Amino acid sequence: MAWLGEIMRQRPLDDVLRPYARVIADKDTWQSAAGRLAMGEARLLSLWAEPDAVHMALETDAALAVMSLACPGGSFPSVGRMYRPALRLERTIRDLYGLRPEGCPDDRGWLDHGRWGVRHPLGAGADAPAVGGDTYAFLTAEGPPLHQIPVGPVHAGIIEPGHFRFSANGETVVRLEERLGYVHKGIDGLMIGANLERAAKLAARVSGDSTVAYSIAFARAVEAALGLEAPRRSVWLAALMAELERLANHLGDIGAIANDASFSLLHAHCGILREQVLRTSAVCFGHRLMMDRVVPGGVAVDLSSEGAGAARALVRTIERQFPELVELYDNTTSLQDRTVATGILSPALARQYGAGGFVGRASGGSRDVRKAPGYAPYTGLAFDVPTRDQGDVDARVWVRIEEVRQSVRLVGQLLDGLPGGPVRADLSRPEFRKPTAEGLALIEGFRGDVLVWVRLDPDVNVLRCHLRDPSWFQWPLLEAAIEGNIVADFPLCNKSFNCSYSGHDL
Amino acid sequence: MRKLLFKSLLRSPLTEPASDDQAKLDEVASKLQRAARRRLGRSLSIREVDAGSCNACELEIHALNNAYYDLERFGLRFVASPRHADVLLVTGPVTKNMRQALERTYQATPDPKWVVAVGDCAANCGVFAASYACAGPVSAIIPVDLEVQGCPPPPIKILEGLLTLLAATNAAQAKVGA
Repeated sequence: MAWLGEIMRQRPLDDVLRPYARVIADKDTWQSAAGRLAMGEARLLSLWAEPDAVHMALETDAALAVMSLACPGGSFPSVGRMYRPALRLERTIRDLYGLRPEGCPDDRGWLDHGRWGVRHPLGAGADAPAVGGDTYAFLTAEGPPLHQIPVGPVHAGIIEPGHFRFSANGETVVRLEERLGYVHKGIDGLMIGANLERAAKLAARVSGDSTVAYSIAFARAVEAALGLEAPRRSVWLAALMAELERLANHLGDIGAIANDASFSLLHAHCGILREQVLRTSAVCFGHRLMMDRVVPGGVAVDLSSEGAGAARALVRTIERQFPELVELYDNTTSLQDRTVATGILSPALARQYGAGGFVGRASGGSRDVRKAPGYAPYTGLAFDVPTRDQGDVDARVWVRIEEVRQSVRLVGQLLDGLPGGPVRADLSRPEFRKPTAEGLALIEGFRGDVLVWVRLDPDVNVLRCHLRDPSWFQWPLLEAAIEGNIVADFPLCNKSFNCSYSGHDL
Repeated sequence: MRKLLFKSLLRSPLTEPASDDQAKLDEVASKLQRAARRRLGRSLSIREVDAGSCNACELEIHALNNAYYDLERFGLRFVASPRHADVLLVTGPVTKNMRQALERTYQATPDPKWVVAVGDCAANCGVFAASYACAGPVSAIIPVDLEVQGCPPPPIKILEGLLTLLAATNAAQAKVGA
């Protein structure tokens, strides 16, 4: 695994990026990195572009680095050709920037549905007219008994839009292909030239259920670029918000999964606990989802003693009521009958895609960026990273159940150890004016690690920003997990993955 | 399970315990019930359409179903198909990739129908205004009867919005009837 370190010694480094190293790659280095990814010797953290260059962030057990390749000819060697998890990211680069991945096995558009009225909106030649139309060649599954079931983009429930194309043999799913991009709002483009306040608001609205995680990731990336550390109290308060967000989402998900198996009793009780978390969040930080509360340089609101009291009361409520719900889940055989051995994701596939969050950790993974690389204040707090090996819906429920317990532990510790002092640093101070500054941050949201990379101009406005949702490496795995299951179990599998549409579509 | 069910039977309902919201919610509840009954008998069916939202509005719309807000006690319920719906609850700046799906959903909803645009993005595109990928606020695509602002609006605001809509449609109908 020392190959990345070797490359970092051999190739020139760009010292603009903080806190990680950036290698200036040539095509050979780029291709060899793709080969290493394919051999499982590294994990792809993200792959993104600007009009004349591509970047990939990758991680081995020993190092984390960004590799950058200039694309003077408007193309770059495909990573997805050798390493499938990069495929959709690469198709997105082609859609948005017009850079061609050489040898990419998939020519179809991804986020571009031919409806923007513009092609390559962020590329060098942005204003070429659109080709128009909505044809998309879904992958085929052939044979006399097979039929196709198109679902979406508008779904039956109160969920985000996306299209699922099932090929089924009777009740059994032979192939599922996802088509996403329906909620593409052009966030990368809106970020260009945005001042910090506006950019932070955009980051907070990439995926509403992870607004705190995105706000922290954006803030940490900006702070890294500026060489600034947010005040200690603000870092602890941000972590408190992050754990409240995790609690709310996991409680909601556990109930919703049960509901998709028509077991509404658990759904009702989990809904009550979730609502209590949201109300407590509103008492503590003035907003139920805590949107725009974490900002570059700290947090926008301090925690009052009333808020701290409410949070403590919430911890006691969950500690009292949650065990009963866990028992209910564990002892209801009709529910277990639906969740156990349904939608199995193999550990090998989860590892190949580097899946984070409950998807990865229910299939043998143990990755949690709060532990490694680790960041404040988690490095000084006691918590475990629960894992399962079975990879089925049941395992994904159990990982969530145990993460609820861990988050409750963390909220208690955060309240007990909350340091005093200021909660926001002044970013307008002249020492933060730098020629160009870049920062990268990885933050553990409820569904996995969120990556944010940002480049700032001397006036601390955003030049470029890339936000990568954990769903990028989880959506493709859902296609694999559903294979061989019955169509009626799809909602159950989908909810147990709970990938973000908006976070993915940007 | 039996233990939990018995406990739930014996304790008082959670549906809005005494809080600042209580008086308002009671008021909303009784008005909503009267209005919904006059206009559409005992029920009003709602179809939710995410036309580009960040999912925050969906989370708060979901909350309307929990034991605190319990939307169904007013005869209001979410349905799976626009063909069963009286009201479309639309969120998000309408993205260009969702425009056609929204138009088709609207066309598939039988008359009489109403559209409620939920959230700042639905009302004016919010922070996503001026993007190459956004077609505009909901009102630029289909006729909107009411906007509920907020980012995202809390559940109680969405409930109040539905009441306002019902009151307005009733008033309009009364006028036509007279």
